[in-house]
Amino acid sequence: MIPAALLAGRKRRLALLALAVACLALLALAPVAFGDAITPESGGSPNANDIDTLYKITLYIAIVIFLIVEGTLLWSIVRYRHRRGGPEPAQIRGNTPLEVGWTLGAALILVVLTVVTFLYLDGIKNPPASGPNGLRADAAQFASIDQPSPPKGAGRPLNIKVNGQQYIWRFQYPGQQPLFTYYEMVVPTDTTITLDINASDVIHSWWIPKLGGKADAVPGHTNQTWFKIEKPGLYRGQCAELCGANHADMRAVVKAVPPDEFQAWETQQRNNILASQKALSRQRALREKQGVIH
Amino acid sequence: MEAGTLTPPRPEVVVRGLREEPGGWLSWLTTTDHKKIGLLYLFSTFIFFIVGGVEALIMRIQLAQPNGTLLPGETYNALVTMHGTTMIFLFVVPVLAGFGNYMIPLMIGARDMAFPRLNALSFWLLLFGGMVFYTSIFFDPPQAGWTMYTPLSDDAFSSTGGVDAWILLIHLTGLSSLLGAINFVATIHNMRARGMSWGRMPLFVWAILIYSYLLIAALPSVAAAVTMLLTDRHFGTDFFDPTGGGDPLLWQHLFWFFGHPEVYIMVLPSFGIISEVIPVFSRKPIFGYKAIAASTVAIAFLGMLVWAHHMFATPTSTVVLAFFMLSSFTIAVPTGVKIFNWIATLWKGQIVFKTAMMYAVAVPALFVVGGISGVLLAIFPVDWQLTDTYFVVAHLHYVLFGGSVFGIFAGLYYWFPKMSGRLMSEGLGKLSFWTMFVGFNMTFLIQHSAGLSGMPRRIYTYSDQLHVSGYNLVSTIGSFILGIGVLITVINVLVSMRSGRKAGNDPWQGNTLEWFTQSPPPENNFDVVPRVRSVEPMKDIRREVERANQPAGSVAQPVASGT
Repeated sequence: MIPAALLAGRKRRLALLALAVACLALLALAPVAFGDAITPESGGSPNANDIDTLYKITLYIAIVIFLIVEGTLLWSIVRYRHRRGGPEPAQIRGNTPLEVGWTLGAALILVVLTVVTFLYLDGIKNPPASGPNGLRADAAQFASIDQPSPPKGAGRPLNIKVNGQQYIWRFQYPGQQPLFTYYEMVVPTDTTITLDINASDVIHSWWIPKLGGKADAVPGHTNQTWFKIEKPGLYRGQCAELCGANHADMRAVVKAVPPDEFQAWETQQRNNILASQKALSRQRALREKQGVIH
Repeated sequence: MEAGTLTPPRPEVVVRGLREEPGGWLSWLTTTDHKKIGLLYLFSTFIFFIVGGVEALIMRIQLAQPNGTLLPGETYNALVTMHGTTMIFLFVVPVLAGFGNYMIPLMIGARDMAFPRLNALSFWLLLFGGMVFYTSIFFDPPQAGWTMYTPLSDDAFSSTGGVDAWILLIHLTGLSSLLGAINFVATIHNMRARGMSWGRMPLFVWAILIYSYLLIAALPSVAAAVTMLLTDRHFGTDFFDPTGGGDPLLWQHLFWFFGHPEVYIMVLPSFGIISEVIPVFSRKPIFGYKAIAASTVAIAFLGMLVWAHHMFATPTSTVVLAFFMLSSFTIAVPTGVKIFNWIATLWKGQIVFKTAMMYAVAVPALFVVGGISGVLLAIFPVDWQLTDTYFVVAHLHYVLFGGSVFGIFAGLYYWFPKMSGRLMSEGLGKLSFWTMFVGFNMTFLIQHSAGLSGMPRRIYTYSDQLHVSGYNLVSTIGSFILGIGVLITVINVLVSMRSGRKAGNDPWQGNTLEWFTQSPPPENNFDVVPRVRSVEPMKDIRREVERANQPAGSVAQPVASGT
């Protein structure tokens, strides 16, 4: 009997060891295997990357806790299943050191998470200076008085006013001559873009996943966020706060282009707007001349 | 009797105007018996559960593929609103009141609730609240989500009566819950059996007591908020209207000041249920009784201080965000304490896997997932990515379905024999459990990934470019498996009610007083209420009965001599 029991014990230990190794392997391989399926979108802007890192650190700690809790739970329901004629279980009612232990243990993990969060907060929350390859700060078009002063040294950011309305986004650029777009926001690369976000009807939420977190657009308030794109390209997103029947259709694209290309676009767009304003004026005059009252 | 014999006058009891108890269906309309009211609650709320579930399945069909064409945005938003509202206000909160109604007097050894008529009023307010709300589907159901954010829910953007039907639902069910809560508090404070001190009160009773206090603390805030919304909509006030100097964020603060405690209102009684079920089927006392009771109180208290973590993406200063992150973190501690204590109860037990126990053990297993995603959501910079996405949908379903609904099913399987006198089928029960468990995880685990890939919640359609089509298809298939699992339990209840095996008074060898009386209990519950000497009075009673049944002298036992 005794050798059999020992063998069973050894088998069990082996099985446990195998389980532990499997779990650790799973833990190590999880990010590789699942890729972006278990982490947030990132890669467009440093704040999105920092959020991704902060998320991953928390997730790794969480996976360890998850495996310990579920493992113990699974172990106890398998190991301590009722057996006919089994002994009456010991009537244990509690254990104060154990209670204090796991309370402090849980609290300690949360302290660690708090510290890590505050370490990453600055990089997520506060916009850095624009890069050397960004839009030149002396670009005369942006010498506007409502520009926030650059946060760190040189590298002035470009401020864009984002306005949410059922069911489209409007982007207002600074400058003397009017410049605005709908749906597609064109921005220069390597330039910090700060956004002032509001809404004119109901609440919307600005969100381009690869460029960082959401910022609710609330009527009567101005919310702020920022991004800074290195790679030219299209970054897609959509409204993230239920805003009515066509909420799902309220999408947005950020198009990042090199600064010189941006300036070319900018000049053309400003001219287009001015031209269409002039055309509007001409049409109005024409209608009046023809006696059409609309 | 012989004439002329003097007989002394005998006192007679003459009753005038005592009407016969109504029988049949009328007895259900007029009843003030806590058990019948409890059954009315359970029956009505399960109907609402089925309705809310069907609404969810229709939404899942719409989302099974990108660019789905089954529903237009208006209908989808109406379903989103109906589903959330139904599950929260017409299922989870009142179904727990139903279990509380039936079980609290039995568990504390009382003959009814403190205010039986008020109890009946609570139920009928709930039912009429639900009916008022559902009548709106014949006109214009509300479409602004169960959170009813202003200005979308204001008259400028939701001019039809659907939002008003919702407001009336909140008022009627709120009043119902408030009266019910006062009734529970009065009952639990005053009507416990002799010897049942606070430290001997069953953990489910603790949970219902705290649930009641939370309702009393949280409901006035939402009652005020919906009244202000009503006057904004119809009487020209501007509490939430920025064009008139109001603030839409005020709505969110008032709503979530109620809304977050509501989460604990929904989950604590379920924790209470499994704190009864796990020790009974582990054949061990609950591990850390005081720690579990204290953590219930701690969760309730902290639960009042975390509401703005639903508002991390709003324009709010960083100091405030940091406060609400830390307060949300702290809730993880008492929640963890509960989970560790349940596992410690299982540890070295003799675990009997009846269906009730399987549902009960699933609660910590699933709630851990919701707890972990909850900690991720509490980190406000991370929340900026996750909030208002399917990650949140997944999180809240792990908490509310995994935490509350699995616990409610544990309660159903555990107490059904007491309520009906018959056992439920274990075979169907286990089939139902595994189908639900697999279906649930298939539906909701993968929604985390959909959210992380950029899929916002409450959208009626999505683009193929979002790369979430696969996730959504799996989720839809899972939701139907989950639906089948629920259906099996419904069939199980209907079949077992008629033809289940007789249960007897105490089929599980329970710990608490409800197992002392017959199944189903007589109208007065107990002819004799036993004196309570510990937290497990039925264990004491069984031991005493055993001792009394032993033939005298067969075992040499020291007999306590009266000194």
